[in-house]
Amino acid sequence: MKLLCWLVLCLSPAAFAAEQLPDVAARLTAVEAAARSAQSAGDNAWMLVSAALVLMMTGPGLALFYGGLVRRKNVLGTMMHSFILMAVVTVIWAVYGYSFAFGGSGSFFGNFQFAFLNNVGAAPNPDYAATIPHQTFMVYQLMFAIITPALISGAFAERMKFSAMLLFTVLWTTLIYFPMAHMVWGKGGILNAFLGGAIPCLDFAGGTVVHITSGVSALVCALYLGRRVGYPGEGFKPHSLVLSFIGACLLWVGWFGFNAGSALAASGLATSAFVATHFGAAAAALGWIAAEWMHTGKPSILGGISGAVAGLVAITPASGFVKPFPAMVIGLCAGAVCYLMVVRVKHMFGYDDALDAFGVHGVGGTLGAILTGVFATNAVNDALKDSAGKPLPLGLVDGHAGQIVNQLIGSAIAWALAIVGTLIILKICDVLVGVRVSREQEIEGLDLSMHGEEGYILES
Amino acid sequence: MKKIEAIIQPFKLDEVKEALKGAGVDGMTITEVRGHGRQKGHKEVYRGQEYNVDLLPKVKLEMVVPGARCDEVVAILAKAARTGKIGDGKIFVFDVAEAIRIRNDDRGESAL
Repeated sequence: MKLLCWLVLCLSPAAFAAEQLPDVAARLTAVEAAARSAQSAGDNAWMLVSAALVLMMTGPGLALFYGGLVRRKNVLGTMMHSFILMAVVTVIWAVYGYSFAFGGSGSFFGNFQFAFLNNVGAAPNPDYAATIPHQTFMVYQLMFAIITPALISGAFAERMKFSAMLLFTVLWTTLIYFPMAHMVWGKGGILNAFLGGAIPCLDFAGGTVVHITSGVSALVCALYLGRRVGYPGEGFKPHSLVLSFIGACLLWVGWFGFNAGSALAASGLATSAFVATHFGAAAAALGWIAAEWMHTGKPSILGGISGAVAGLVAITPASGFVKPFPAMVIGLCAGAVCYLMVVRVKHMFGYDDALDAFGVHGVGGTLGAILTGVFATNAVNDALKDSAGKPLPLGLVDGHAGQIVNQLIGSAIAWALAIVGTLIILKICDVLVGVRVSREQEIEGLDLSMHGEEGYILES
Repeated sequence: MKKIEAIIQPFKLDEVKEALKGAGVDGMTITEVRGHGRQKGHKEVYRGQEYNVDLLPKVKLEMVVPGARCDEVVAILAKAARTGKIGDGKIFVFDVAEAIRIRNDDRGESAL
């Protein structure tokens, strides 16, 4: 910017004439405005694409990934869990959700200054993103609020009543997601490292906000609803790994919007997050497949895609803070640890987390949050500065071991909020509408019993 | 008239069809079925959960032939369907009391 101004001054001989000064000032202003406008155009283009990419993660990404993993009779019901949130959460977000997450400057939740999207227009909100329209920031954050409750549906798949699922979602986003998003990303939030938080927790794109809250809530749901009829036993094979494969690959691509978009600008930081995301996913896919190959003797496509998703989860909080090789270390750890959780620990305890929402998102999210405290470095992200303007050390690799403690506290708050909040919400839903379908409905399948339709009509 | 019912490996279907066509067998009905005889199933593992799959995909062919040709057709069918490994399937032969062509009410072997 400064360079540009000097350039203009030097190239304009008239600038040295005192009587020409007002003209120069006017031209300078015009150049500055043009530069701002160009930056805004670039940033806004990337952020709108990112918002669309994150929506694509829910539908069709997650809907296909989860839809393929259930039995044939539940494919539509499972896809509906993802799809309906694209509609429900959007409406809540417009009415009060955005404001409750990003309004005001409270420690734990927002206020209602942006209710009904009041004052959310083309002018940027400099608290969050100074170069893009406030509305772009709002709609980008909405896509995160949509996918987070959709992730939970993996735990209660094939047995939750649709009406209860809707009520659960409304309460869950309101009582758990919006406050958690405010604490970590909202102005004045207690865990916000960049906007005045008391406990500066590093969460670039949602390790605590998205993955710990959804994954831990998923475990609570699985325990509260109990096992599916007949589980564990024969007949719970995924009905179409082809669908799951397509869904997982869409998730991988969409995740670039999720993580690189979290830079909130088309910047070098966005590139760094993009690279870390990709490297983390790749290493995690290999980590899971290697563990599986050694353990069962065969590398599977389901293992590969599960590992990639686990890696994407784990790299999410770290993506804007770590270099490519630490990203691969995080991914590799996530692949191996989530594999152990899903194939060993889950069966040891016997709970029915149907599609492993806890094993992948809860465990991968927690692992990623902690490892962010290890590998975060100001060589990648120098937004945190001391009073003299020098970048502060971020993680253990910068010599700041205390960050791991901050990460643990942030994770613990997310765990606690998810456990207590989800239990209360499930109890409310159970009393009001009943959370679980009848045994007959479950055996018939949710497609027919809840929605009156079938996914595959082969004789037509 | 004899009805021949053969349960064979799905991947042998094309070979068997060609062989039967070569022998002048014009009609047959094919169904995709699942089942097992002495062949053991296999193990599948999905995220650590093991499933034993014992009902395996097979193809069932049904055809009715003149009694005099039955042994010959069975021999051709068996030869084409054979790999020599467990799981090749079975052939069953039944007596057929009557055959009727719906279009013109032909009866007996002329209806085949």
